[in-house]
Amino acid sequence: MSIESNGISVIIELGSNYSVNNFRGGAELLFDKRKKHSVNLPGSDWTIQKLLFWMKDNLLKERPELFMQDDTVRPGILVLINDTDWELLVNHEIIFYYNLNNFSQ
Amino acid sequence: MDEKELMNQITELRELLRIKEAQLVALRREKQILQDYGLSNGEILRYSRQIFLPEIGIKGQIKLKNSSILIVGAGGLGCPAALYLASAGAGQIGIIDYDDVEINNLHRQLLYAETHIGTPKVNAAAENLNRLNSDVNVIPYKIQLDSSNALNIIKAYDVVIDATDNVATRYLLNDACVLSNKPLVSGSALKFEGHLSVFNYNGPCYRCIFPKPPPPETVTNCGDGGVFGPAVGTIGVLQALEALKIVLDLPHVLSGQLLLFDGLETKFRKINLRGKNRNCAICGEHPTLYKLIDYEQFCGAKANDKEPKLNLLKNEERISVEEYNTTFKLGTKAHLLIDVRSTEEFDICHLKNSINIPLRDINNNEKVTLIRNRIQEIQKQHNDANCMYILLNILIFYVKVVMYVICRRGNDSQKAVKSLQETLKGSNIEIKDVIGGIHAWSKKIDCTFPVY
Repeated sequence: MSIESNGISVIIELGSNYSVNNFRGGAELLFDKRKKHSVNLPGSDWTIQKLLFWMKDNLLKERPELFMQDDTVRPGILVLINDTDWELLVNHEIIFYYNLNNFSQ
Repeated sequence: MDEKELMNQITELRELLRIKEAQLVALRREKQILQDYGLSNGEILRYSRQIFLPEIGIKGQIKLKNSSILIVGAGGLGCPAALYLASAGAGQIGIIDYDDVEINNLHRQLLYAETHIGTPKVNAAAENLNRLNSDVNVIPYKIQLDSSNALNIIKAYDVVIDATDNVATRYLLNDACVLSNKPLVSGSALKFEGHLSVFNYNGPCYRCIFPKPPPPETVTNCGDGGVFGPAVGTIGVLQALEALKIVLDLPHVLSGQLLLFDGLETKFRKINLRGKNRNCAICGEHPTLYKLIDYEQFCGAKANDKEPKLNLLKNEERISVEEYNTTFKLGTKAHLLIDVRSTEEFDICHLKNSINIPLRDINNNEKVTLIRNRIQEIQKQHNDANCMYILLNILIFYVKVVMYVICRRGNDSQKAVKSLQETLKGSNIEIKDVIGGIHAWSKKIDCTFPVY
């Protein structure tokens, strides 16, 4: 990722469900069947949760309930930030300035 | 000599061969010279290339000989895992699978040969593994693992390998392993991708990471998504590696971590997972689960990949392949045939004049427009054919077009009908599904049609 004057560049990756063989793919199916999305987020005051909602509003193409439930991702989705389970990163409200470039399921 | 007679003769010969081979093994075993640390000279020679490894040595080989490993699922993951465990000299290997060998297993399930088709997987696996290594005690279980039998089986093993393909069995195995205090080597694979992790081994269990099962609609689908042999095989081999590392007490077991493998990009990634969840329902400080539960109910999904026959539509919303065939031959009824299988399946075989719109695209605006346009064309053609040019503008509203939907086995087509009824509400269109899909067509109408 990089910080530019007009926002933050983030690469979002979407992958397959753990443990499920009979599904025709992973979370990318909800996102235009694209596994990788390079996006530019306006402004600088971003949290992962805000990013999830932003993805839901801007990138998600279908069936939002299969991506988010309540204020977080639905059961079965694993959020990874730089190859680390987001649960290890203190809390979901984490504000990212220069640490985020991978986001996958 | 006809095919059946020949097959019977081959079966008899094979049985005779099996008996003779067993006799030979027993005879040779009697002659073996046993060293006082417990390995025979034959074993020392056989495993010498791994005994040379400082991480293994004689001590490690004895550990392997005394180990017992349970493989749940004798499919694309279980087969390569079992092959490597048997060849490394694991003393006892249990294999659980309720299924028989089918020809569409052979591209990835390397324990089976064409001659095994129709026979229980676990028997074929045991036979093959024993041919590979007659020292291994292979125990076949031709059962569906469930809450009533899991604990009893698992207790006889040191390590459990989860080589299954459904969420319900994953939770069942996880809970059973936590309750029996056994490490669980878990793998999964789909298309060109695979995942691997070790649970309940000085780290989190599956429930710590996934406390709630995913919604059933994200995991149930008609048929499977396809899988590439070498990709699933890679994960199966890695499962054997982790299981053997556990038996050998080697460090760096993949606990608390998740390995992602992408065979298309030939890329491995290792993810650090959260640690043990103190509030985990099964392995936490105050567990709420003390025994196994009903996992199909818990997950809202079946514990096997056998698709149940759906019955979503009324009788008048369905048509048999025979009826469709008559309609098609007569050519009197204005109709449109939509095939909702994947493009790849459509390329394997399809009925004449069918249009391919995969189920998941059925609500796509572009596709709906395509359907509407086709319907208009058909209406127009039919009017033209009836030479009612003058009345066209009036008639166009009266020609009833029937839309038929077909899939592989007749489940997805019903879902598609439901969905199209909603989308095309108000249009003068009758929508029906073809019962039994392409399979029924092949069976009853055109036997040259491939079944897959």
